[in-house]
Amino acid sequence: MIEFRNVTFSIGDNTILINVSFRVTKGQTRVILGPSGSGKSTILRLLMGLWVPDSGNIFVNEEDITRVAPERLREIRRSIGIVFQHGALFDSMTVGENIGYTMLEDKHGEEEIEEKVDKYLTMVGLDHDVRDRLPDELSGGMQRRVAIARALAARDPEILLYDEPTTGLDPQSAERITDLILGLRDRMGKTSIMVTHDIADAFKVGDRITVLDRGIVVFEGTPEELNRAGDPFIAEFLAPFRKAVAAARRREPMTTPGGLP
Amino acid sequence: MEALAAVGNRVRRVLEIVQDMTLFCVSVLRSAFFPPYYRHEIVEQIHFSLIGSLFIVMFTALVAGQALAIQLARELAKQGAKSELGHFMVISSVRALGPVLTGIVVASRMSAGITAELGAMKSSDQIDALVAFGTDPMKRLVAPRMIGLWIALPVLTVIGDTLNVIGGGFIGLGYHVTFQSYYNGVAKYLTPVNILVGMIKPIFFAVLITTVACWKGFTAAGGAKGVGAATTESVVISSVGILVTDFICTKLIFRVLGW
Repeated sequence: MIEFRNVTFSIGDNTILINVSFRVTKGQTRVILGPSGSGKSTILRLLMGLWVPDSGNIFVNEEDITRVAPERLREIRRSIGIVFQHGALFDSMTVGENIGYTMLEDKHGEEEIEEKVDKYLTMVGLDHDVRDRLPDELSGGMQRRVAIARALAARDPEILLYDEPTTGLDPQSAERITDLILGLRDRMGKTSIMVTHDIADAFKVGDRITVLDRGIVVFEGTPEELNRAGDPFIAEFLAPFRKAVAAARRREPMTTPGGLP
Repeated sequence: MEALAAVGNRVRRVLEIVQDMTLFCVSVLRSAFFPPYYRHEIVEQIHFSLIGSLFIVMFTALVAGQALAIQLARELAKQGAKSELGHFMVISSVRALGPVLTGIVVASRMSAGITAELGAMKSSDQIDALVAFGTDPMKRLVAPRMIGLWIALPVLTVIGDTLNVIGGGFIGLGYHVTFQSYYNGVAKYLTPVNILVGMIKPIFFAVLITTVACWKGFTAAGGAKGVGAATTESVVISSVGILVTDFICTKLIFRVLGW
């Protein structure tokens, strides 16, 4: 359904991605994991056709988007919904206008738009009364949920892309977002790519994980395989997460009810 | 040798910017001339540029018209040609000062607003979001601003010219230029050709302001600091550009009309 084949991309003299290849099958959630500056978000921008790779091919439903005409690319984009880092909601529009943006563009009726906006607000767990509020009036977690609702409302896309959807959120809001992403995969069978540097999110959400280091794929496999991987970079990258898990396990008896002496 | 290479690099960079802006200007014009149009955004932009700039244009035109009239009235009085005040006011206001003054006032206000808004949209990924949802940002963000200014700037220029001339009339009264004499001078030289000369310039000013402001907004980088710098550059380039465009337009118009 989505395939990157030997994609290399650079901005000026700075090479961002080197020979990146991976494949996402229908209904699968692929997590692109890596430290900041490893080229994760670039993958989503290339997939949306916002940037063009120096070499290699990017396939969406067997169609190479690096070789299609701009009009066709615009059509392909319609089958993809994207949740940008920090939401990227249109700040001059209300929540309702943001969610209904593509329907307004496609000249749907007012009643139909209102109905669908309410439907998507419910789907992402937001009250209908936020519809008339501006994005700035919402918390970070609520903004991300609106961004997910907007991506879903964008012509009911087959593919969903999430760019660091939990960055900067408190643990509860982050968990709500990852639960939502899992729910969309399980209930609606959406094919997804989630870019993150949060290892816990990657293990929770990913069917398969690709790890990037300075633009190079250093691992590709299931979360279980990642956990067993012996690569020194991966061991170092996962170390803080493993330490946190170990520390949490050590403290567990003390925090359970009745555990304290 | 190093200094020469640095100059060469600087010149190459400037030429690249000029090339990028020219290509951007072509796509701005293409997006403004061909549908689809975002009517709601166009109306919003007309309101923002016309109503929003109205008071400041009126105020500056009135003040500048009076300042110009003081200079002219004194010199004309020395030559015993006070009755020519209306004539000189019309020529200088309608053909030259009015369009330039209105253009610079609107450029300062609009360039800053457009660049800051688009720069903020770019740094928060809103422009990429528009593209991702299948919207052409040139159509939605740039064309309405261009069309808005195409409508607003000539209207504001007419209002500015009128207040320039009215302001001159009040000053004339102080120099014993009768209202009738002033009016006769104005009426005689307020010809369709002179009006047309003054009305052609705002069309080009609108293209310049929109191109510079939108291009600076779209290429702003480096967060709030970068957007701030782009906004300043946008105002400076637009304002200086208006003076240069005015010079070029005046030369061309004079050549075409054989003046």
